[in-house]
Amino acid sequence: MDINLTRSFDLSVPMQLSTALLPDLLLFAGAMVLMLYAAGRPESEATQRKVGMGALGLCIAILVAVVVVAAQGWSSGPGVIAVDSFRWSSNVVFLIGAIITIALSMDYNAREGIVVPEAHVLVVFATGGMMLMAAARDLMVLFLGIELMSIAVYVLAGLNRRSNRSAEAALKYFLLGAFSTGFLLYGIALVYGATGSTNLATIGERVVSMNLQASPMLLVGVALLLVGFAFKVAAAPFHMWAPDVYEGAPTPITGYMAAAVKAAAFAAFLRVWLEAFSGVYPQWHRAIWWLAAITMVVGNLIALQQRNIKRMLAYSSIGHTGFILVALAAGTSQAATAFIFYLLAYTLATMGAFAVMVALGTAGQPRETIEDYNGLWQERPGLAVAMAVFMLALLGFPIFGGMGFLAKWYVLQAALQAPAPQTRLAVILVIASSISAGYYLALVIAMFMKPRPAGAAAFPPLGGMARAVIVGSVAILLFFGAWPEPLVRLVQRNSMLGAPPGAPAAPAAQTAATR
Amino acid sequence: MMVPEALALSAVLFTIGVIGVLTRRNAIVIFMCVELMLNAVNLSFVAFSRLYGATGQVFVVFVMTVAAAEAAVGLAIIISIFRHRQTVDLKNINILKG
Repeated sequence: MDINLTRSFDLSVPMQLSTALLPDLLLFAGAMVLMLYAAGRPESEATQRKVGMGALGLCIAILVAVVVVAAQGWSSGPGVIAVDSFRWSSNVVFLIGAIITIALSMDYNAREGIVVPEAHVLVVFATGGMMLMAAARDLMVLFLGIELMSIAVYVLAGLNRRSNRSAEAALKYFLLGAFSTGFLLYGIALVYGATGSTNLATIGERVVSMNLQASPMLLVGVALLLVGFAFKVAAAPFHMWAPDVYEGAPTPITGYMAAAVKAAAFAAFLRVWLEAFSGVYPQWHRAIWWLAAITMVVGNLIALQQRNIKRMLAYSSIGHTGFILVALAAGTSQAATAFIFYLLAYTLATMGAFAVMVALGTAGQPRETIEDYNGLWQERPGLAVAMAVFMLALLGFPIFGGMGFLAKWYVLQAALQAPAPQTRLAVILVIASSISAGYYLALVIAMFMKPRPAGAAAFPPLGGMARAVIVGSVAILLFFGAWPEPLVRLVQRNSMLGAPPGAPAAPAAQTAATR
Repeated sequence: MMVPEALALSAVLFTIGVIGVLTRRNAIVIFMCVELMLNAVNLSFVAFSRLYGATGQVFVVFVMTVAAAEAAVGLAIIISIFRHRQTVDLKNINILKG
């Protein structure tokens, strides 16, 4: 890791731009090759598994490439994409999500009779869209990334064509997703109209240099963008679609939506807000504050009443949206670090929990209610312990929850140490977390303390892929929970953002606006 | 250059689209209203590009491409739900809730 070829890219030169986009381009090239391969084969379980293995290999290769590139410490001049550690570390989160999803999907799809091999390729394409979202420094690239991801995920939600519920989930996700895209796009148009640019850095400069803090067109644009993003990350009161869609979609895809899709929407959200709109921090801060507070309370309270674990995890993911929004409300580069750490912990814990669900379900018996987990400890101690670790990580329990505790700790720290400390929001976060103990621990109690009902069908044998995913997630969660420093240092290197909001950078104004 | 008029028309069309999505219950009609919203935004982009140069028009080309892809996927999803229920009325599409 000592080879530090610090290199700065001039993004107006096509060759240098494509080098800076290398991991993304390789991913898309690989995905197209896989798509062509899949198109030329008959639909069968064997083809599905082959393409799945190919997609899995591709994602692992790109993950290695991203880690290697991240270690180079590249940077760039102004342009349509960003080259910074925020981008690479969010890419790692998305790729881990994709790897777990594909690994689980192969067995799940075989079990449910889904033979289309393209399913795995769609996951890869959606991941490519996410990587573009994390890289986007221009609203046009951002829009294309969001749509590339969303359109692929609409199809994935309806993957199980024989299932009535899957079709309904896809329809709801599609209609609400397209609706929110409309808001997002109108927001982009108005921001473009107010500033004359779609480049995030240029927008940020012009907001200050042209004194647009009170421009109604800019503020309406920011508000519409906020609504669009709030739909995508499922923040209350724009969360109604999430539980239905998460319940109906195939389980591995639900995990993918709850973890990676949300992480990608948040990565883009954070970058747009801190790079382009830090000049209007006082105007948007109130809105994000309320969004965070309402989301934390609503998500965790409704989760308490759920008996279906998929729905429970859906509401829990809404609650986590609120926790992450707290980092956004703090809006510092320390918050950006906390944010990445949180996303990684949350992705591993959520995907791990869905992996356990996939491992315990069978074709006729999905085992989705809490009662189905009664007495799991007596039959499957390993799975019960793993599920307990995931629940404790989501809860943010010290030591046994591994990274989950530190993730919440860093977000709290970022909120309290910001130039404008978010003390009340931090208090709400702690209260909401303790409410969430009510449902996370209910599942742990069911697994360890309730007896196994007499005559219950035996659990199916554990597949190799599911075992690898569950063991891997537990290991990473606990390892970095005990020893977080290397991870934090990696994320902090050449941090993403310049000046903290509220104190917009003065030098930026001088280079602004040739118009 | 008619820019304010175009922006006003775009805002009206967008609002009609939003109201349509919120009040209509037929999946196809809702989808048409979403398309109306996207095209209203396109009108804004074109109007702004008279002030700021070609970026807005390039954006419109991308939006139309994406909308076409979205239409293909969306109609396929609507067909798959029709095969299950023989209806695309959202009143009858409600097995997921709780």
